Amino acid sequence: MGITKALRVGVSAALLAGTALFGAAGTAWADDPSSSPSADGDSGDGGSDSNGGDGPTEAGTSFRTAVGFEPGQRATAAASTGEYLYWKFLADTGQRPTVKATVKLPEPSARKGTQTWQVDVYDGLRRRQACMYGAQTRKAAQNAESVSLSCTLRPVRAWSEQWSDDPLPGTYYVRLTVTGLKATDLGLPVQAEVETTFKDVGGSHAVDGSLAAPLVAGNGDAADADSGPGSGSDSGSGNSSARQAAAAAEPEDGWASGWWSDRWLWTAAGGFVAALTGVGGYCLARGPGRPRA
Amino acid sequence: MITRKRLAAGACTLLAALTAGLLPAATGTAFADDPRGGDGPAPKVELVLDVSGSMRARDMDGGSRMAAAKQAFNEVLDATPDEVELGIRTLGANYRGDDRKEGCKDTAQLYPVGVLSKSARTEAKTAVATLAPTGWTPIGPALLKAADDLEGGDEATSRRIVLITDGEDTCAPLDPCEVARDIAAKGINLTIDTLGLVPDAKTRDQLSCIADATGGTYSSIRHKDELSDRVNQLVDRAAEPVITPVAVEGADQCAKAPKIGSGLYTDREKFGEHRWYQVDVKPGQELRASVSVAADRQVDNDYGVLLRATTVHGREIVRGESAGSGRTDVISAGLRYPKADSEDTDDADGAGEPETVCLRVSNSFSAPASVKREPGLPVELTIDLVDGPSDASDVAFFGLGRGWWLLGALAVAGFLGGVLWGWLARWRGAVTRSN
Repeated sequence: MGITKALRVGVSAALLAGTALFGAAGTAWADDPSSSPSADGDSGDGGSDSNGGDGPTEAGTSFRTAVGFEPGQRATAAASTGEYLYWKFLADTGQRPTVKATVKLPEPSARKGTQTWQVDVYDGLRRRQACMYGAQTRKAAQNAESVSLSCTLRPVRAWSEQWSDDPLPGTYYVRLTVTGLKATDLGLPVQAEVETTFKDVGGSHAVDGSLAAPLVAGNGDAADADSGPGSGSDSGSGNSSARQAAAAAEPEDGWASGWWSDRWLWTAAGGFVAALTGVGGYCLARGPGRPRA
Repeated sequence: MITRKRLAAGACTLLAALTAGLLPAATGTAFADDPRGGDGPAPKVELVLDVSGSMRARDMDGGSRMAAAKQAFNEVLDATPDEVELGIRTLGANYRGDDRKEGCKDTAQLYPVGVLSKSARTEAKTAVATLAPTGWTPIGPALLKAADDLEGGDEATSRRIVLITDGEDTCAPLDPCEVARDIAAKGINLTIDTLGLVPDAKTRDQLSCIADATGGTYSSIRHKDELSDRVNQLVDRAAEPVITPVAVEGADQCAKAPKIGSGLYTDREKFGEHRWYQVDVKPGQELRASVSVAADRQVDNDYGVLLRATTVHGREIVRGESAGSGRTDVISAGLRYPKADSEDTDDADGAGEPETVCLRVSNSFSAPASVKREPGLPVELTIDLVDGPSDASDVAFFGLGRGWWLLGALAVAGFLGGVLWGWLARWRGAVTRSN
């Protein structure tokens, strides 16, 4: 019968396509860039992958002055105990950032007591982000030489409802500071460093929808400038300094398009498996006796 | 039939997956160069050096504090970036007497704030070399004068005072910490960084109070090289261009609130005060607002901030809230409000008309009774209006599934479909044969 023939051809075609797909998928997963996105970038200019020491050597002192660094880079700063140190990095959909911070404390002889250090991560809207894992706060003994902190954020989603504070693509601010110390230790010099690593969580957190624009400060200024001065903003939206923010930061390869997720592969594989078992079921039910049309 | 449909669907997904697979899944991120352009007004820095008698003490790596300061100034004058306008002011350099009143007026500009040419650097160094530790420590008056020195020019100029002293202010009742807060409240974008040379407890408290009041930093210096490193770092920070916020004054109710657009704004808010602002959001735009309230003075241990977006009628649309405990510089919250495109809504009245959204900023800071209430806490408000509201139709990604359960479910469904198709074929074969 014509239909069954067509079916057979279709199945074998699907089979072929499937194997091709899985071959491709295998390699796609293997060289997934998200596991070590910076390694590619770094190797170009000779930086070592493990600790690219080419990060910024300063930190900002507020959200506004936060210093940007790239994943894989190690941002360092000389600071005084008690200072609030700010850095920022960009995270995109499907990544789960982990921020690690290490503080080299002042020499124990100069210190009088224990110190509690804390790392906080804020999103592009300056909303504090929860840490899934990691010692966000740690108390250093009086004779400790350094203290290490870490904070693993929730996976970044492409979209969330406006009432939730799920991590969204955009800027993330890192704030490192001492939260508890003996007053005599205030102002002593310390060395701080932070780095981020991204884990690719794949499509397990892929959601339908996307943000109009990543949560990067200054996105709207460009939009506002487009709409002209008549946009109902009488006080200062047109000032030159705000314009400086207009050119917003962007990842090297641009933001994710929002079209890719490994759910495509899963669903395709599901369809393929369904086709196979369908053929199996057909053969089983049809029985060996093949009727001649 | 089912199988065929499955097949068709499978083929479609395969095709889609293949094409999608060709798209780069690259997600490596990097900070594109910051927008900080170099075309802003030149930052102004004034170094304020204590030349009081106590600077004679020889406890900085064997040398006197004065010697350490002089050496640091020499290095800083060499290293100052060209775009920075630098000045030097002294306190307690000239008056040797015992009259406190006279001593407390003793602050002088050693070198006026200006661009440092090569000759100017030498000149400034010579001026520093002549300094000899002398008099009182009038920190408050010196800060006031230094703030005057830095005035003028573009309002977006970033101004910074670097105060280097080894003792607390000796000119009570003028509290230098309150002086600093008043200077900060002028909204002239001025930061005071303080450096204490081998400080005692009182000096430390006072200097860190001054720094906190203006968003500056306090450092305790015990070694010569620390001093020059730190001053250099602070001058470099001043050279880093930042976006200057625009001063705005929120009202106590939405109807009277000032209308603001995209941008960065500052305001002051007292303990327990609310402030309202209005933002026009057009259909299809997304409002993004974040607010930071800074603790620029001693505050109680627990605090919070609430940012509410309401309609003009007072209905809450969305809120951002945050609470904290313990030592902090700011507490911040943010919110998003995507306004749907007008054709999506059935509202006949508001087609294309911007909606006025009221933003209310409130803080729940409190402070011990001894702390001054005026001026209010600094508030930094960021407003962003981006085009195109975010939208979503389904919680799943394009309705696609993922995981072994999906695979299993599809496999079972496919199998059942195959069985059904097989039975149908057998039944049809039987019918054909019997005919």
